Amino acid sequence: MAVRTRVNAPAEGKRDDRGGPTIRVMATNTLDESEQIAPAAMDQPGDLDFAEDEVVFDLQSLSCFYGSFRAVREISLRVPRNKITALIGPSGCGKSTLLRSFNRMNDLIDSAHIEGSILYHGVDLYADGVDAVEVRRRIGMVFQKPNPFPKSIYDNVAFGPRVAGYKGKMEELVERSLKRAAIWDEVKDKLKEPGTALSGGQQQRLCIARAIAVEPDVILMDEPCSALDPIATLKIEELMRELKENFTIVIVTHNMQQAARASDYTAFLTMGEDRAGYLVEMAPTQKLFTSPENRLTEDYITGRFG
Amino acid sequence: MASTPRAQARTGAESVRRAIEGGRTDWWSVTFQGFLVLLLLLTLGVLAWLLTVVFVNGVPVLAERGFDFLTSPLASRAEAAGVGQAIVGSLYLMFFVVILSFPLGIGAAVYLEEYAHDSWSTRLINTGVRNLAGVPSIVYGLLGLAIFVVALADFTGGRSLTSGGLTMAILVLPIVIITSAEALRAVPEAIREAAFGVGATRWEVVRSHVLPYAAPGIFTGTILSMARAFGETAPLILVGAVIGGFNVEYDSVVGTLQGRYTALPTVVYDWARKPASFGPNVYAAIVVLIVVLLLVNALAIYLRNRFEQRW
Repeated sequence: MAVRTRVNAPAEGKRDDRGGPTIRVMATNTLDESEQIAPAAMDQPGDLDFAEDEVVFDLQSLSCFYGSFRAVREISLRVPRNKITALIGPSGCGKSTLLRSFNRMNDLIDSAHIEGSILYHGVDLYADGVDAVEVRRRIGMVFQKPNPFPKSIYDNVAFGPRVAGYKGKMEELVERSLKRAAIWDEVKDKLKEPGTALSGGQQQRLCIARAIAVEPDVILMDEPCSALDPIATLKIEELMRELKENFTIVIVTHNMQQAARASDYTAFLTMGEDRAGYLVEMAPTQKLFTSPENRLTEDYITGRFG
Repeated sequence: MASTPRAQARTGAESVRRAIEGGRTDWWSVTFQGFLVLLLLLTLGVLAWLLTVVFVNGVPVLAERGFDFLTSPLASRAEAAGVGQAIVGSLYLMFFVVILSFPLGIGAAVYLEEYAHDSWSTRLINTGVRNLAGVPSIVYGLLGLAIFVVALADFTGGRSLTSGGLTMAILVLPIVIITSAEALRAVPEAIREAAFGVGATRWEVVRSHVLPYAAPGIFTGTILSMARAFGETAPLILVGAVIGGFNVEYDSVVGTLQGRYTALPTVVYDWARKPASFGPNVYAAIVVLIVVLLLVNALAIYLRNRFEQRW
């Protein structure tokens, strides 16, 4: 119940609304506060001062619906190129829904539709005549549960390029993709074995290899580590840092430490009274975790709710 | 003094031991378990009795006449009558089922599961198909009589093999649709998302992933529906499976398709009403029917185990 009332409290509201002094607990003290970026462009949540050509996604008052239920309410934010942007927030706040609207994956659900717009390099993804298949080829996705095809490791990686009509040498592309996904050494001798026979962490890296084999521009990751053990998780995070050289990464995560460790920018979403998720604050990750603008963010990152 | 805690511990252990070694028998469990075993034995007993009677009476005929019984045509004398025409007729009917209801049924299932949007019309169709699968087979027989035998007589030749085959195909169509749809539904959504996620079209997703992974389930279901058609009697009697006897005039394809035919279960039904001299023949024909059905079911089980996809 306390969560509900606080969610509805004005962002700049008094902090002693529960009748006592509130103890502030910072999530982490290890970050260098001098590295903070001046909060010049923070008058609107999510409006960070990126150069135009740095912006990959530009969400303009995006709402996502399932039938008449609004899962995500009027989110405006920008996702910068070659960075890792994390979406965090409590369960059910629409993070995954938001992420899945980035590559029109929600088109697969009959009742899903959006209002507002998502500009991808300036093009409205939901405009008439935009081919969702082509969109997904450019904006790849890694899912919460590793979902390799029940086919050979080789075929798992080769499927995407094959349907894209890849003309080059498939063996080389498969090897290159597996190498970039940091799993080549573990699977190079068993490319003919089923991908489903690998361990969970290996399966997830195989799925990353599969995603990057079609040379996408963006990789969306929907809680990619939630089914993995800590060591496999660290491997994936390390991999993400390497991949951002070439790809823009948007990751949904439940795990705040993961967002703090792995991402460059973090957007914090939460749920309103109408159960619709909305954006509370987006900032460079260090800033969001050390000096959040909004009390809701602070409550969340200090573990007081969510 | 020092021994006091240890003594307490010992009495503690003593009381625990006494409590957990109580050794009471739970008579309700025993009774209930016994009851369940009894029910099981009763069911199996009836089945075993049935099979014993059939095999004890039928196998001698098969042993005595052997191949002759399996190839001889229908005849008025029990010693000469065989199930040759019936086996051929049943195989022809299966052929109709395979070439008509399998593609139509699997196609309909793929459309309903993979392409159709979730709308009231889709739900209506799904409900309709489910209900059609529960319609008694005699109703399909009447349908076949009205449509294939009477209305389309010029094309089917009336009470002909074609009419019987089409009726059987329609009879199993809803079952094929339902089992195929279930096999398609068993393919996890995550697999479809994975394929869509790398930029596959719906056709590529269905062709390269959903259909191959669902194939074992689809085959199992369709083979079992074929077995169902193999054992059906009632509709065939309505749409003209011959009882009594007929001369084979399989001289041309059209002649065969528009010609007279019979099927194994129909022959069993017919002989069962004949004089007592046909008694052993009835059992022998049932043995043939059961063996064929067991083989078909075994094939289905083998295919399922061999290719089953675990998620």
